[in-house]
Amino acid sequence: MDRVCERLARIVGENYVSNMKEELYIYSQDPGMMEPREPDYVVMPKTTVEVQKIVKLANEEKIPVIPVGGSLSLSGLVIPHKGGIVLDLKRMDKIIEVNERCRYVVIEAGVTTGRLKAYLEKHYPRLRFSIPDAPPSATVVGNIVIHGQGHLSQQYGFNSDMVTGLEVVLPTGEICKIGSCSVSPYWFSLAPLPDIAGLFLGWFGTTGIITKLGLRLYPRKKLRDIEVFIVEDPHLVPDVVYRVTHTEMAEDIFVNAQPYPPIFKDIIMMGICITGDSEEELEFKRRMIWNVLRTYIDSKEGGFMMTTPDVKRALLEMPITGTTRFADVMKGGGFEYCGPIIPVEKYPEAYKKLLELSSEYGVTYGNTCRVIGRGHCMMFAFGYPFNRADPDNMERTKKALHESNVASLDIGGVPWKPEVPAQKMIMARMDKNTLELMKRIKRFLDPNGIMNPGNWEG
Amino acid sequence: MSSYTKQIHRCFRCGYCKFPSDYAEYNCPSFSRFRFETYSTGGRLWLLWAWVKKEVEWSENLAKIMFSCVTCKNCVEHCPMKFKDDIVDWIVSARKDIIEKGAVLSSVRDFLNNIHKYGNPWGEARGKRAVWAEDVKRYKPGDEFLFYVGCVGSYDERGQRMARSFAELLEKADVSYGILGSEEECDGNEVYVLGEMGLFQELARKNTGKFKELNVKKVVTLSPHAYNVMKNKYPRYGTFEVFHYTEVLLKIIQEAKLKLSELNVEVTYHDPCFLGRYNNIYEVPRKILKNIPGIKLVEMDRNRENSFCCGGGSGNFVMDLLGGSEESPSRIRVKEAYETGAEILAVACPSCLTMFEDAVKNEGLEKELFVKDISELLKEVSK
Repeated sequence: MDRVCERLARIVGENYVSNMKEELYIYSQDPGMMEPREPDYVVMPKTTVEVQKIVKLANEEKIPVIPVGGSLSLSGLVIPHKGGIVLDLKRMDKIIEVNERCRYVVIEAGVTTGRLKAYLEKHYPRLRFSIPDAPPSATVVGNIVIHGQGHLSQQYGFNSDMVTGLEVVLPTGEICKIGSCSVSPYWFSLAPLPDIAGLFLGWFGTTGIITKLGLRLYPRKKLRDIEVFIVEDPHLVPDVVYRVTHTEMAEDIFVNAQPYPPIFKDIIMMGICITGDSEEELEFKRRMIWNVLRTYIDSKEGGFMMTTPDVKRALLEMPITGTTRFADVMKGGGFEYCGPIIPVEKYPEAYKKLLELSSEYGVTYGNTCRVIGRGHCMMFAFGYPFNRADPDNMERTKKALHESNVASLDIGGVPWKPEVPAQKMIMARMDKNTLELMKRIKRFLDPNGIMNPGNWEG
Repeated sequence: MSSYTKQIHRCFRCGYCKFPSDYAEYNCPSFSRFRFETYSTGGRLWLLWAWVKKEVEWSENLAKIMFSCVTCKNCVEHCPMKFKDDIVDWIVSARKDIIEKGAVLSSVRDFLNNIHKYGNPWGEARGKRAVWAEDVKRYKPGDEFLFYVGCVGSYDERGQRMARSFAELLEKADVSYGILGSEEECDGNEVYVLGEMGLFQELARKNTGKFKELNVKKVVTLSPHAYNVMKNKYPRYGTFEVFHYTEVLLKIIQEAKLKLSELNVEVTYHDPCFLGRYNNIYEVPRKILKNIPGIKLVEMDRNRENSFCCGGGSGNFVMDLLGGSEESPSRIRVKEAYETGAEILAVACPSCLTMFEDAVKNEGLEKELFVKDISELLKEVSK
């Protein structure tokens, strides 16, 4: 065991640090397409103080630190591009507090979305949080750090908009609380204080390590149902979204398109979820939504699809396993998507581009979009499954992904959780003063440049 | 190399395999114990593929990762992919390749060598196999059941008590049966899942040859491991009916061959992997417990197809690659049992029995939680 490894072992215990080839190999990559790069060490702290000690050690040794949750961004955001210490946070898995009346939860950084879902369902059945479509092994904090979205995003915005407080270990080792929890025992809100949570959201761990999170919870209704509205013309999608969001009756709204099975080819399906405490409430919401789409039904430009109980169950599942199964479409164990956040009105352009790229590079596709806010924007996934055992297919998929990032920016969108090359594309188009501000913030917070280096570097 | 090498890249490493149905806890025993991604099913499959591609070399650490999979099938149960039924077969096939290259851990090698030389994984003398059972009848043609005791029931003191309880119940119910005594061979279930196919075939042939010679029609096994291998892997070597002992006991109860007295106690039941997930037998043991007057059956959160393995599968009831920590599966599981408020943790597998006995002691719960096999419980209340 080398010197750094010994020091890490003294912090976390020797069972929870490794510099063995096998651990270095697994933590060198995620399930996406970015090139792997091995870390020098993998360490699994249990407490914030252990994280703090590791960060101080990393500063002394000038070694990069890469905080890792579920490693499921697919865009290589936790690949240790410059080696260093991978900090796997999954042992920090306490659900610290649920304040039922204030509807918030405080959790440690390693709590998975699956665990929080199960915990609330068992102990607080009237509360829920915004569950992303990522597998249940994704961590809640990991999803927040990348500005993730979930099934409540149409109602309440990005999952990162639901943050009520943070505990952060700064790159220089100080432990810092943000939001009401910095002056009060309660974690109810970031306001009314100056909002500095943004220094850590969307930065992919380059400005600090979030060790605790306060998160808004929302009422959980007894019943949940889905209606599926289908159209063939992508130009109708923005208006359908506009009309449905106007009713304020929907919970989640997502838009799906895929070429397989063939009966789905050229059909765009919009899933509109509704919730209620009674059948009457559901029926009222259903009727309101039907009413605003009536003209499309009458003109036969669109219509509601009959859904079997099995299909409904699959669409209402949280998280949706179908998203994960997309990785096996090519029997190849992989998919990655470029998922820009775009204005909803740009859906037709993005959809057209997806079909063009799929055809040009000979790769199949899957398109999932989620409406965020009342149509304020949407995540549009240029999704491509690939075959890990087929280098040619992987090469073509990489090109399609690259072109998707370019197209996203061209139509006025911004790639979500972008890979390092896409980050560079974004920064190249970014307002110069904004970019300089980002650099200044980064230099100020992380003078030794140890935090997840390679990301957001101009 | 086996055909798994052409499929293994299909794992996406999504992590569903780590969980039970509700995602409340990690349910993969080796991941729960070690927590590095390498010890999850996805990590293991990715490492195997890396090994196939020659991106990683064989090493002691890789061997530990591969053999610490207890083949509990939680991953098979919860993987969302179409290939899920093949996952454990891939692991077993890879182990077969590993063993053929002679690159195993010393504990695995000793386990297999002992079975090869002595017919049991501890290296105990063959002659000692039936020392516990001097007064138990030997099987003779015409008996209804051959009671296959297995290694844990034959050699482990706790397993022997379990075997004795079951034999006494058969006596009490006037069921004709007999054991093979020192002529019994290891069933080979662990040998199979550890990938030593040559030895497995030898054991299967010996056992089925003996059964044929004695004209055995029905075998009842103490261990779900033996039940599994005889039911699912032996048919190509010989034909006979196989029962787990709980199936026989339930029939005895239903036929009112035992009179049961009252036992006012709360009991929680642990589903053994090779009975539950492998063979879909979840309700039979529960029905027995519910038939005992006074018993209140309380479930652990993780039950039936979501049961959390004791950590003893794939020979780990001897090798114990997952032992030595508060995060060892057996210790996690007895804490979970204790939290139900039950006084008794009922089991239906001699391996689980020995794993939990040790875990209860390690947790300091020996005065609060009693680990009992179902036949022991039944013996206590049968008049």
